[in-house]
Amino acid sequence: MENNIFELQYAMDTFYFLVCGALVMWMAAGFAMLEAGLVRSKNTTEILTKNVALFAIASTMYMVCGYDFMYGGGMFLSGVETVGNLDVAAALAASAENGFDGDSVYSGASDFFFQVVFVATAMSIVSGAVAERMKLWAFLAFAVVMTGLIYPLEGGWTWGGNAVFGLYELNYSDYAGSGIVHLAGAAAALAGVIILGPRKGKYTKDGKVRAIPGANLPLATLGTFILWMGWFGFNGGSTLKLGGIAVANEVAYVFLNTNAAAAGGLIAALIVARLMFGKADLTMALNGALAGLVAITAEPADPTALQATLIGAAGGALVVFSIITMDKLKIDDPVGAISVHGVVGIWGIFAVLITDADATFSGQLIGMLTIFFWVFTASLITWIVIKAIMGVRVSEDEEMEGVDISECGQEAYPEFTASSGMSTN
Amino acid sequence: MKLVTAIIKPFKLDDAREALSEIGVQGMTVTETKGFGRQKGHTELYRGAEYVVDFLPKIKLEVAVSDDKVEEVVSSITKAAGTGKIGDGKIFVSILEQVVRIRTGESGDEAL
Repeated sequence: MENNIFELQYAMDTFYFLVCGALVMWMAAGFAMLEAGLVRSKNTTEILTKNVALFAIASTMYMVCGYDFMYGGGMFLSGVETVGNLDVAAALAASAENGFDGDSVYSGASDFFFQVVFVATAMSIVSGAVAERMKLWAFLAFAVVMTGLIYPLEGGWTWGGNAVFGLYELNYSDYAGSGIVHLAGAAAALAGVIILGPRKGKYTKDGKVRAIPGANLPLATLGTFILWMGWFGFNGGSTLKLGGIAVANEVAYVFLNTNAAAAGGLIAALIVARLMFGKADLTMALNGALAGLVAITAEPADPTALQATLIGAAGGALVVFSIITMDKLKIDDPVGAISVHGVVGIWGIFAVLITDADATFSGQLIGMLTIFFWVFTASLITWIVIKAIMGVRVSEDEEMEGVDISECGQEAYPEFTASSGMSTN
Repeated sequence: MKLVTAIIKPFKLDDAREALSEIGVQGMTVTETKGFGRQKGHTELYRGAEYVVDFLPKIKLEVAVSDDKVEEVVSSITKAAGTGKIGDGKIFVSILEQVVRIRTGESGDEAL
């Protein structure tokens, strides 16, 4: 009878990982829709292709070697128990020993599944920043390196508990990855955008910033709501466990705070945009909600609901100023990814200190700097190598015509073809 | 009075608009359109099947101007919207029989 409960605990924690992993996977749809809505229609097919492909590449590269680099799971998941070789007795014993509020006990496969969707999230941050002017295959080549090596290494130093290149240990607290996932993605994006340059016509010779409006705000809004919902899995699953009263309560609070922070971020961004620009800017509101989510991601369990709302609100206000500053610095980021995930990611890292007594300023600072400098430098080198081999930017003509034509040969909204109505079969 | 209709490349709209503002043209109408002249389209593959896209995105710019301004407007658009590459477009000048400003009822040159 007792064994049934221990089996159930294993099943519960496994189930929780799987459902949360599925929610985080859904964030890939969110990113795809958000980005598709904020680029011009002539570049829509290409950004969608980038989004679906990077998810597949992340899933594959993390399986090939990334999981091994990060957690020692073995190349090609050789260290993960399969259906055929699962040691049920050992798992049962581990579950019994750890009790309901001890370590998580779950299927190794579910751990991989939960982890791999985080890799895809980090990689997805890059695709928005480099939109509308990057060669598709250059981006995919970068994705292979980012998901197979760059992210797994810094993930290993933080969540994996490895020493940084064997030199020093980090004392860094990041519940669901404001730094490990979001700042990392933004650092890779920043490196890419620096190598790539801004879109043609974005910044005029006399220093003015030209608006390049997105083609489909309904899609952008849908994408934001999808990301918001997926984030419940992103933060909620990072509790890593569900079976037990204290931990279930923690999970509930994580969901609650995640939502509260998004709400705070959206309201703050909306108000700041209204004060600065005179009207309600939907795209800023959307970025604000995401900023709130990023801000709470490093510590969504400990704050009260009000604290979470305010932490999110600070992120939302910060993101508006960051977006404007990026343009002043001529860093062209069509969707605001570097601001949302990078600048606010840094805020999220330090916001941990507000409520977590165990975290230290120096621990957070060193962790943040380690993540940023590793990812930025490794990415910069990778982008430079890719540029030397195949080039990263499409030609001026291709950029004018739209990357849908040059990279994909398929327009997103293709009516007006000569052979429509005249079937070719 | 003449109606100047220019078919230009879409990304040249801002340049054309600025150039026209500089010579004192106060209004214009713009339509998104597709077309081709001698610029070839391209063949694309959709799930293995070939199809031809002859029609390329263009912008149609229409300005009503008085007779004495026509030459200036035409050369201004030509300079602003030209890239030297094939597909730059064409300008058509047609005679305008009558122009009326709806709000005030003015007509003729005053309505331009």
